[in-house]
Amino acid sequence: MKSKKFRMVILYSVVGLVVFFSLAPFLWQVVTSFKPSQEIFSRPVKYIPSYLDLSAYVKIFIRHPFGRQIVNSIFIACVSTFICLALASLASYAVARFKIFGGRSFLLFILLLSLFPPVVLIVPLYEMVSTWGLMNNWLALIIPYSALNLPFAIWVMSSFFRQIPQALEDAAKVDGLSRLGILVRIILPLSAPALATTAILVFIFCWNEFLLALTFMTRDTSRTVPVGIAMLSGASQYEIPWDQISAATVLTTLPLVTFVVLFQRRIVEGLTAGAVKG
Amino acid sequence: MRKRVQFLTDQRFGYLLLFPALFLFGVVIFYPVARNVYLSFHEKSITTGMQAYFVGARHYLKIITGDLRFREALGNTIYFTVVSVAIEFLLGLAFALALNLSFRWRNFARASVILPWALPTAVMAMAWRWIYHDIYGVANDILLRLGVIKEAVAWLGKVPLAMHAAIFSDVWKTTSFMALMLLAGLQSIPQELYSAASIDGAGAWTKFRYVTLPLLRPVITMALLFRSLQAFAVFDLIWVLTQGGPGGTTETLSVYLYNYTFRYLNLGYGSALSVTIFGLSLIIILIILLFQKEEVELG
Repeated sequence: MKSKKFRMVILYSVVGLVVFFSLAPFLWQVVTSFKPSQEIFSRPVKYIPSYLDLSAYVKIFIRHPFGRQIVNSIFIACVSTFICLALASLASYAVARFKIFGGRSFLLFILLLSLFPPVVLIVPLYEMVSTWGLMNNWLALIIPYSALNLPFAIWVMSSFFRQIPQALEDAAKVDGLSRLGILVRIILPLSAPALATTAILVFIFCWNEFLLALTFMTRDTSRTVPVGIAMLSGASQYEIPWDQISAATVLTTLPLVTFVVLFQRRIVEGLTAGAVKG
Repeated sequence: MRKRVQFLTDQRFGYLLLFPALFLFGVVIFYPVARNVYLSFHEKSITTGMQAYFVGARHYLKIITGDLRFREALGNTIYFTVVSVAIEFLLGLAFALALNLSFRWRNFARASVILPWALPTAVMAMAWRWIYHDIYGVANDILLRLGVIKEAVAWLGKVPLAMHAAIFSDVWKTTSFMALMLLAGLQSIPQELYSAASIDGAGAWTKFRYVTLPLLRPVITMALLFRSLQAFAVFDLIWVLTQGGPGGTTETLSVYLYNYTFRYLNLGYGSALSVTIFGLSLIIILIILLFQKEEVELG
């Protein structure tokens, strides 16, 4: 009896520690963003602001094109996710049903593609983007984002597609549906949960991408949010506006926090699909 | 109608469906890889605007024999990868074992663990810079209050510290991915195996050693494969935290390639570095897959 209670205490303290470790850096940004600026730069560190100061949230929009950068991020992430999912549904169906290029070995090849460091593509992509005059153009990110997330999307979706019984498709064929009709009217509606899972993950990847956005978006107004935040500077190079950075961090991560809270199960499912399922 | 159906066999229809994806791969992945190989044997600079000219294996020779900065970056990258993946694996396994037990607030705990994974690395690297701040940073404040350190430390400005601060941030960011993969693996282990082991009189450690670990092995391999390659490619975190400093001690291969290419605008040498990093990644993939002696259960 005593040992059971003891075990529970251990379990809850371990879990408490894990949760604290995971949330602390984010929560610290939340606290910093609401601090009056004289309390941000004070020693010893003040852990609870004496009053809520929202001025950082105003400054970030007035002094920097943060609003514009949010629009860039939302648009680029949404369009890339849409293109990626459209192409991935077609390709996954081909892989799952028609065993193109040996089905499974093709999937392994695709998975392998996504393992290589993206930085090895940066030199030729930079050359292409600059010769085609796409610097600071949304397309310079939308095209690579759609392509670079395709392996993951195909991997997850084809594993879902394979679980849909063939009999269903045969029945639809008898009813006179074309093969494309089967995909659009039968397979896609049935795999709506898989589509949603994939869409959430691809959106997160696009929203968070840094390397390409840093390279191809050189104007402050064309940047996406992560690059915008990393490049935030004050009057001089050494004066970093930590209050505004924390406010921007909170605003940028808000959609992601919402996703995690709402779609926790889906995110886990999508991330681990393929690694665990046979 | 009938005729068209016959012309477009299932096979051809499949290729048709695959075409848009393959086209995009071609533009964004295959062409750049081929272009890298081509450029790596040429001298090409953006600044001079000259035509690329053939220089043979000169760039590769320089990487192997003469480039000390490359050698240092390679050492940094290997150190970063080995240390951070090892810590993440042990911590991730502990997280996964804890989260696999049933307790109140379990969903909240799981959501909290996913959060670091879902947040943008570059943005959270800024958050860590603020935590590590030498004057107003909360890391110094806590350690000073606890009496662990006597005076404030410049975490990102001192030589052995900066690399370890970066590793700590990386562990924070990516342990969740490891934990999630391992947790999914744990949940796929049939409960009956544990019951059977209990009947045979196995204790907790024996069950972990002879049931959990062997059955978890394919998932462990996959998780280590993904994470090692991601850590090997680390860019965002280092670029935002230290830009490779102090004195190049945190400069990883990706950061070196980026800094070199865009500071000197030397595409030829940048391409040779890219091909080298590509090859090294391939070696890591092979090593991990060979270590897993059994047939790996992929997808």
